[in-house]
Amino acid sequence: MGKKDIILKAENISKQYRLGLVGTGTIGADLNRWWHSIRGKEDPYLKIGESNDRSTKGESNYVWALNDINFEVERGEVLGIIGKNGAGKSTLLKILSKVTSPTTGEIKTKGRIASLLEVGTGFHGEMTGRENIFLNGAILGMTKKEIKSKIDEIIDFSGCERYIDTPVKRYSSGMTVRLAFAVAAFLEPEILVVDEVLAVGDAEFQKKAIGKMQDISKGEGRTVLFVSHNMQSISSLTNRCIVLEKGNKIFDGNTSDSIDFYLKNNKVTEENDYKAEPIKDLPNILGVSVKTSNVSKVHIFGEPLEISFRLNVPFSLKGASLSFQIVDKHESPILHMWTFDSEKEMCRKPGVWKLKCVIPKLRLYMGDYTLKVYFTGPPGGEKYDIIEGVCPFKVEMFKIYREFEFRPNTCKYIEDSNWLINQE
Amino acid sequence: MNSTTKQNDWLYTISPRRKFINLNFKEIWRYRDLLLLFVKRDVITLYKQTVLGPLWYLIQPLFTTLTFTLIFNNLANIPTGDGIPSFLFNLAGLSCWNYFSTSFTGTSSTFKSNQGVFGKVYFPRVIAPLSVVISNLVKFGIRLLVFIGFYIYFVFFTGKASLASPNLTLLLLPVLIVLMALLGLGFGMLISSLTTKYRDLTYLVGFGVQLLMYGSAVMYPLSYFKEKLPEYSWLVEYNPMTVFIELFRYMTLGVGRFSISYFLYAAGISIICFLLGLIVFNRTEKNFIDTV
Repeated sequence: MGKKDIILKAENISKQYRLGLVGTGTIGADLNRWWHSIRGKEDPYLKIGESNDRSTKGESNYVWALNDINFEVERGEVLGIIGKNGAGKSTLLKILSKVTSPTTGEIKTKGRIASLLEVGTGFHGEMTGRENIFLNGAILGMTKKEIKSKIDEIIDFSGCERYIDTPVKRYSSGMTVRLAFAVAAFLEPEILVVDEVLAVGDAEFQKKAIGKMQDISKGEGRTVLFVSHNMQSISSLTNRCIVLEKGNKIFDGNTSDSIDFYLKNNKVTEENDYKAEPIKDLPNILGVSVKTSNVSKVHIFGEPLEISFRLNVPFSLKGASLSFQIVDKHESPILHMWTFDSEKEMCRKPGVWKLKCVIPKLRLYMGDYTLKVYFTGPPGGEKYDIIEGVCPFKVEMFKIYREFEFRPNTCKYIEDSNWLINQE
Repeated sequence: MNSTTKQNDWLYTISPRRKFINLNFKEIWRYRDLLLLFVKRDVITLYKQTVLGPLWYLIQPLFTTLTFTLIFNNLANIPTGDGIPSFLFNLAGLSCWNYFSTSFTGTSSTFKSNQGVFGKVYFPRVIAPLSVVISNLVKFGIRLLVFIGFYIYFVFFTGKASLASPNLTLLLLPVLIVLMALLGLGFGMLISSLTTKYRDLTYLVGFGVQLLMYGSAVMYPLSYFKEKLPEYSWLVEYNPMTVFIELFRYMTLGVGRFSISYFLYAAGISIICFLLGLIVFNRTEKNFIDTV
């Protein structure tokens, strides 16, 4: 067995930022710092430790974007870093890629670190694609010789061959990104730091990029640190994750546990349900709520979904009906469900009525959805209440295994199917 | 098995501690291709999509020199020394001055103009100002060729520059070029580091450089200034650029002042300036992205 081969070790990493405007007043703080350092005292501004909570107003102008982070990464491991916006993910990556230095603590590594932070930086519009490949490669730490030996592969991977001797300013934004990713993809550092690059380019290129990422991590056995909001790519690419919150590491473990923890911890605090006051003498919808399989209004594909309604019925209704649509983010309705008084008696007596619809196996494809609800009388009759865009929820597929990763917008829903395969 | 010993075998460490001067020559050497590519980018892209292209490198100094000659010598009658065409005199001064000033202004905006790249990728930051200075060296080289061309023309074809006498101090030229670069680089790095926090300096540099030109004996000989305005002459005399420009004219044209003590003084200033710039630059580069 032997001991683990640790390639990167972060010890007590903290990073302090100053809030507000940098400029006026900093000379005073700088002088104060300098005066303290001359007398061999600690930096007076470092003592003020406040956690980095975006929404509450702190007392000091200094916050800790990262607070005492410790972790180790083994050689060949793919580590995911997840957390909400402002949890400190990007700060950690910036420190790892040496763009900024930590306020305290240190990171020790046994390999070269290269980062894919928002690719395409350092491109010069006036230079041709080919010239930019060399420039960008060199910025990322490759030597001219290395680039020369790979240039054909890079051009081929980017799919910009026809334009390669045209200035980059004439490129479409998609082409620029393709070219940039292509350069970065052929870097060969021991440790690769990746930040949300997969969110670029069209579907075809994304597939290519993810494939390349998988090759890098699985095939070539390189160590990858991967930051993303996309639980889907996190779960398909990584085997271990750390979860950050307000600059603190709150979880470290295998990917599926981490995602569970993250989702549980990341509870949507604001009320997601629809609520309304009863209107006097008029029937209306009092409330709609969606019960998803996971917390935070995240639903796993194929799990049962419950939708509950509360209806205000001030007088007895005849032939009432309730129906709702699940609408995707392009506002197109994907499915329609209904119940009629004629099928199941409802709202025949005044009072508050509760209805619950259970979809035993929700086959909606991954994406964001909302509800549109109709509370109406008999066909051609009165429309009591119509509400739309309520109860947003998200469908994820990350617990479902498939050889190829699920990509967004591939389809609207997935049907159960049986395949018969014979050789003739 | 031997993992305990291997555990301590770290390649490098990212830490907040800053050494006083943290120049990793090995690392800079590893990034030498980047340095060259930056220089190439600077030199090539400047005149892309222009009709005259690199010819602009010739046209610019020529027209400036012509204007200077017209205004300062023909109109204001500033003497340039016997037997020395004022055109050649101005070309010499302007070439040196431009070399310094473009190096200085170029490096002084290092952090601001490279913000995007610096914020995303790591490479030794010092590569950026170095590349500015080297690409200016290339431009200076072109100007030097222009200068030599006119020199030959004046000496051999018109006979106007009969008294121009290049001398042995010409051997100091490489040292002079390096010193001017160090001065511009040092000043530039200092300013660029400070501008990340205090933007006021950007404005100062803008007009400061222009004013400084008048105090650097570019369009007049130092001796003439001393003769006319003796009470202010120390301002010009102790300006290291004056020393360098005078020396350049002395070594090529035989006019101007060359004194070992002043030369050593200016060289000292340049080196101190460079070291100071390097220290401040080093302190800034690690965290500038947080304050810029």
